[in-house]
Amino acid sequence: MGTIRVGFLHSLIRKEEKLLVTEFKKRPNVELVMLDDREMTFDLTAKPEVDVIVERSINHSRALHALRLFQSLGIPCVNTYDVSLTCGDKILTAVALKDHDVPQPDLRTALPETSALEAIEELGYPVVLKPAVGSWGRLLSKINDRDAAETILEHKTVLGSYHHSIFFIQKYIAKKGRDIRAFVVGGECIAAIYRSSEHWITNTARGASASNCPITPELADICVAAAEAVGGGVLAVDLFETEEGLLVNEVNYTMEFRNSIDTTGVNIPDKVIDFVLSSART
Amino acid sequence: MSQCPVCDNDLSLGADTLKGELLECDDCGTELEVTSIDPLKIEVAPEAEEDWGQ
Repeated sequence: MGTIRVGFLHSLIRKEEKLLVTEFKKRPNVELVMLDDREMTFDLTAKPEVDVIVERSINHSRALHALRLFQSLGIPCVNTYDVSLTCGDKILTAVALKDHDVPQPDLRTALPETSALEAIEELGYPVVLKPAVGSWGRLLSKINDRDAAETILEHKTVLGSYHHSIFFIQKYIAKKGRDIRAFVVGGECIAAIYRSSEHWITNTARGASASNCPITPELADICVAAAEAVGGGVLAVDLFETEEGLLVNEVNYTMEFRNSIDTTGVNIPDKVIDFVLSSART
Repeated sequence: MSQCPVCDNDLSLGADTLKGELLECDDCGTELEVTSIDPLKIEVAPEAEEDWGQ
């Protein structure tokens, strides 16, 4: 077996990137090529001598453009540009889930402020207003009444950058203190955690605590369906538990898993690396 | 051995430290980035940007 050259696209090295690099270095016949997106230039033709790219960039915009450029040179990427494009935008994710009949909370999108208010009233309070592009639970607004809706929409319109004038509005789901994050690698749901918090935002980046979540057939089925809906690969699926069953909230394409290895007992980086190496050019 | 650029606390780094790696000073709590391995250089990590995640 020849050596596989793995291009590791990154910017800052978080715990996840360190865990992946450490696991890659344990593998025989793998050469890791570190590609810092802050130092790279592209001329559309020069092909880095790598057999596969694993994308771990912290910036969505840099990841997206780098993946498109690498793919244009015929280099397989994990995840692909299309998957990253879809998952990086909550509106595109919602469309993909709808197209594949994957259950998700009721939602509306609206372009100008006035129609956003109409959409919120149509959904009924409370709703959650989210930036279409954004992570870690930042700039989420739980809107309980019309006064709050008018205020937040005005602030977003006046103070926000242009993409804050595209409104993604989701029906608020009472989570009973927790939601689920499940990890899908190559079509298999490999692990899941409950994220528990007294706050309505349950991102671990915002202080929620992680505990193991058993993978039931229902959970595995909806997670794999959600992953397939956005194009598949290495993905983290966030879900709400409701009386009517599980609903997919978001699908993340540069997943963070530092709190989930000891919690679940699953060596997540090892599974990710198996998938990356199986995706390499042969 | 290197020092925290904010509080001068001594920082001990493992042999497997990577360029770009994030660290937290265990004295002042500042998030730091290893910006060079040879020579070793440590700076305050950049502030989170709007499209960071996830």
